[in-house]
Amino acid sequence: MTYSHTTVWIIILAMALGSFLIRFSFLGFIGDRKMPDWVLRHLRYTPVAVLPGLVAPLVFWPDATGGHTDPSRLAAALVTLSVGYFGKNVLLAILSGAATLYGMLYLLG
Amino acid sequence: MEPSANPKTAFLRGARDALPFILVVGPFALLFGVVGTEAGLNLTEVMAFSVLVIAGASQFAALQVMSENAPTIIVILTALAVNLRMAMYSASLTPYLGKAPVWKRAMVAYFMVDQAYTLSQIKFEMEPEMGLSARFAYYLGTVAPIAPFWYAATYVGAVAGTQIPAEFALDFALPITFIAMIAPALRTMAHVAAAVTSIVVALLMAWMPYGTGLLVAALVAMVVGAQVELWQARRALKGAAP
Repeated sequence: MTYSHTTVWIIILAMALGSFLIRFSFLGFIGDRKMPDWVLRHLRYTPVAVLPGLVAPLVFWPDATGGHTDPSRLAAALVTLSVGYFGKNVLLAILSGAATLYGMLYLLG
Repeated sequence: MEPSANPKTAFLRGARDALPFILVVGPFALLFGVVGTEAGLNLTEVMAFSVLVIAGASQFAALQVMSENAPTIIVILTALAVNLRMAMYSASLTPYLGKAPVWKRAMVAYFMVDQAYTLSQIKFEMEPEMGLSARFAYYLGTVAPIAPFWYAATYVGAVAGTQIPAEFALDFALPITFIAMIAPALRTMAHVAAAVTSIVVALLMAWMPYGTGLLVAALVAMVVGAQVELWQARRALKGAAP
């Protein structure tokens, strides 16, 4: 990446302030008033709406292999997803995914 | 479950409940230190991320978009979009902590992480007789093992980072971590629909510059999630009717 240190600090401070305001929002400014249901209904889906889209290109077109789909990385992603979905355990899913990745990279050389 | 009437007991109780989470938070922070340093941030910048922003998923998202040299505003918007769920946390903690003095509410806001929120929300719901100061103490208790561990592990990762060779395929540590975080959250059909929409639209919109396709994908996916939820609720209502 090609950011100056000033730009990096602008990013850090904007993220710090923005994250704080998001977290403080209702607790700080709204107090006891209730939020409209439609707002809550959309906010509920933010993690599952943002993170899969962020990850998808990295899984299908990884930079490390020049953008070509890589069987090791694809298998690791699938194993992580299955273990996380059925096991409901984040740490176990990460470990299974890492084991699959290293195992496949070793086998396929 | 034993009652947590006075603040001191409540604090200890919170700390004990949160203890297992250091197993997730530790490696995650370590990884942020490593990936941040590899991406070219210096030690102070990596630490500033973890101490000032204190939001793992958002920090990783920022690093990812920064590695594509996106404009500053896109980096900030993407990182904050990942954190929008905290507004929901904030709203749902308000009935329990909304009457606390503003400095206490500010502390709750700064330390608002997934684990602290989840534990506290469940605790407050199960023990409605808990007083305001006991609730605040319990919340602080849950972050007591997590936050210091988060800072320290980031530091260790940042210092060790540049010595990790390419064979370790650390480029894929981030996707694995995100997938592992999302998979258990796919509880309902609405969540699955939102996630699938996000993937499909993000891949279709990958031609858009600087990760702006991701913002489009996120917005569409949120609407899809909300609509599927409404549709399911209507169907359940119909099914229940005579």
